[in-house]
Amino acid sequence: MKLALNYREIEGKSTGFWVLLGGLGLLIVLALGAVLHMEHSGHYVTGMSNQIVWGMPHVFAIFLIVAASGALNVASIGTVFGKPLYKPLGRLSGLLSIALLLGGLMVLVLDLGRPDRLIVAMTYYNFKSIFAWNIILYNGFLAITIVYLWLMMERKMNRYYQSAGYVAFVWRLILTTGTGSIFGWLVAREAYDMALLAPMFIIMSFSYGLAVFILVLMAAYNWTNRPLGNAILYRLKNLLGVFIAAVLYFVAVYHLSNLYATEHHSVERFILMDGGIYTTLFWLVQILLGSLVPLVMVYHPSIGKSRPAIATACALVIIGGLAQLYVLLIGGQAFPLDMFPGYEVSSSFFDGVVNSYSPSIWEITLGVGGIAIALLLVTVAVRVLRFLPETLDDGVVDPHAAKAD
Amino acid sequence: MSQSTLFSRVVGILTSLLLMMPLASSADEEGHRLPFSDLVLTEPTRHFSDTQECVEPEDEMKRNHMNYILHQRDETMYKGIRTRQYALEECINCHAVKGEDGEYIRVEDPRHFCASCHTYASVNIDCFQCHADIPVRESTLQQSQSADSQHPAQAAYAGNHGGKIQ
Amino acid sequence: MSDNTRQMNSARREFLSKAGATAGAVAVAPGVFLTAPAAAKPADEKVSDDKRWGLLIDTGKCANGCDACVSACENENGWGGNDNSEKQSSEEQRAQWIRKVQLKEKATGHVSALPLMCQHCETPPCVDVCPTGASFRRVDGIVLVDKHICIGCRYCMMACPYKARSFIHEDLTDQKPWTPRGKGTVESCTLCVHRVDEGGTPACVEACKAENHNAMFFGDLYDENSEISQQLEQHGGKQIRADLGLNTGVRYRGI
Repeated sequence: MKLALNYREIEGKSTGFWVLLGGLGLLIVLALGAVLHMEHSGHYVTGMSNQIVWGMPHVFAIFLIVAASGALNVASIGTVFGKPLYKPLGRLSGLLSIALLLGGLMVLVLDLGRPDRLIVAMTYYNFKSIFAWNIILYNGFLAITIVYLWLMMERKMNRYYQSAGYVAFVWRLILTTGTGSIFGWLVAREAYDMALLAPMFIIMSFSYGLAVFILVLMAAYNWTNRPLGNAILYRLKNLLGVFIAAVLYFVAVYHLSNLYATEHHSVERFILMDGGIYTTLFWLVQILLGSLVPLVMVYHPSIGKSRPAIATACALVIIGGLAQLYVLLIGGQAFPLDMFPGYEVSSSFFDGVVNSYSPSIWEITLGVGGIAIALLLVTVAVRVLRFLPETLDDGVVDPHAAKAD
Repeated sequence: MSQSTLFSRVVGILTSLLLMMPLASSADEEGHRLPFSDLVLTEPTRHFSDTQECVEPEDEMKRNHMNYILHQRDETMYKGIRTRQYALEECINCHAVKGEDGEYIRVEDPRHFCASCHTYASVNIDCFQCHADIPVRESTLQQSQSADSQHPAQAAYAGNHGGKIQ
Repeated sequence: MSDNTRQMNSARREFLSKAGATAGAVAVAPGVFLTAPAAAKPADEKVSDDKRWGLLIDTGKCANGCDACVSACENENGWGGNDNSEKQSSEEQRAQWIRKVQLKEKATGHVSALPLMCQHCETPPCVDVCPTGASFRRVDGIVLVDKHICIGCRYCMMACPYKARSFIHEDLTDQKPWTPRGKGTVESCTLCVHRVDEGGTPACVEACKAENHNAMFFGDLYDENSEISQQLEQHGGKQIRADLGLNTGVRYRGI
């Protein structure tokens, strides 16, 4: 017999719920305090400088924004590709997507030199700037996803949600292309100037977004004692494996392409061999811990079926993603600009030397605050509105799986 | 009465009390002491003389000085128009106030010309994050307004530190 | 010698050569045509694209230990130096509008030096990427930051191929009124636009002349008769990172 799919708010009365809210709230308050300090004193209190211009806040912000785009993947697979197994997850997917994007934007905006001029950013537009386009794309994405969610959740409007789903899917691809192009269109820096970065960001978004989604899904169902069947979970983790492999492919193409051109040998040597922290983060955290280990875990016949292992794999993917962005963002800035090929260069403005960066506690607190905001939004929303199905047991989501028992 | 009625009545009473607070500020004593605080509001003061007038009439300036500043800034930035009539530097040169010690008062001090009004009105001034808040070189406004004006290029220049006011 | 010097925008040169003939006929129109090379435009006249300001730097004459241009810029615009108000920023965080770069050719060991500042490109990457349009190129070629609308996102700093831009990391006081600068905004060499608009020359060029090195020239690149154009025609001038195709306003001889 097929059980009906019923969405219900979580109870939200347990001690654990309030502790979670309190903890996340505290992280947010700390982040706001850090922002106040940075804005009042000026950015000299951070580790960022005229040499390393974008730092930890941007690593976190870009991660959150990229994951936000990818988190909507689950809903898209249900709506656009019509896979019935994913349809019950559509609401949570949309919610998580909005929450992550808001968290990322918050971090980005609060790190500006003049955050009080946000209105200026919204009213003066330079349409040649991909950054300006991104501002439009992010806000549009928020609006579209909210409409999409509403159409999914309002029973009377259910028949229209597919169109919103298609729009959201296409918009998402354009948005993530835009995010990747923020770096890909910088001809000045050797580590960035590459068209490949745009599709690479799209694949990264699939991977990080799904990893975050799985973790949030597992936590939500575990902590509210709602059943989460293996049918859904295993499908998701297998899909994650595909995305991890795809990211590895893009990373390989990026580096192999750079290695082929002699002019890029020095920057590749820097990232892959000589870069100290960047090399360590690349090989140990991004490739090994963040890609290869989770890939093996996810596809292993017995490990891949264990829930703690799946959760660990997701966490590793997230950590690997943060490391990947750190290597790209900061490693790419640490390597000096090559203005005089064939010359050794030195100056009082740190030309010709590898620039150093040590993140300050303020920047890290701000970044963590962005994550906390995203998670807080999700926690409050699932308590207030009907985002989560009462049960995601096998029998409910996949009648065929139930019959096969 | 029910809880919700009581609640809405209490809110209504508190709100009306709050809205009546400004009445307390029409105190008789000079300095307009605010209720429940030691803060004394100062009236904005004028630091130019009665003979030398501002570039526009006073009430026009009171209401619209920000528009002149905004217009001039775009003219200078984008078109390189450096007329002195509405230049911010010239406003500062004229309106600068000196303290008892003979030093120019900075914008953080509420006796600064701009600050005196802006503190009263509680409007943030963004200009002096970047712009100098006290005079640095001689005003060329008088010269440019007079018949035999010399071009500012011949006036005291930055590099040779000529014509500093102090 | 390279072809770069010819790329100043041929349309402008044609116009100018025709205009020059006409101009000769009306040269005595008061207040409009002046004969001196560093002609001061009237203060209320807006800048036009008839001129393109540029610099030429002769690295052969640039002395290795000298930093007169840097000191002059510091004094003129109020950054750096001993007296600066960026006391809390670290060395990597302090602004630097112009710097001397020491070069050593790896293959030959030859040592030289040159000053590096904003190159005032014709198609500046910093202008392309600025989300608000605060980073802009004035019609006469000077690339500036409108700090009134700069939100301090530092994307232009990421995009600049010459690392010419600086971000202000702390509150500043005692700014020069002719060069406002403040916390949270980005800045770079302005080609001393406040001087140029009134017929003057950038402080760095003046200082180099004062030291008798004469390694720096300033002038109108569209004017065939200006000193800089004649120097370029005789000896040529190269762009740093010429492969990027930015058509910089700052040219170097000897690199």
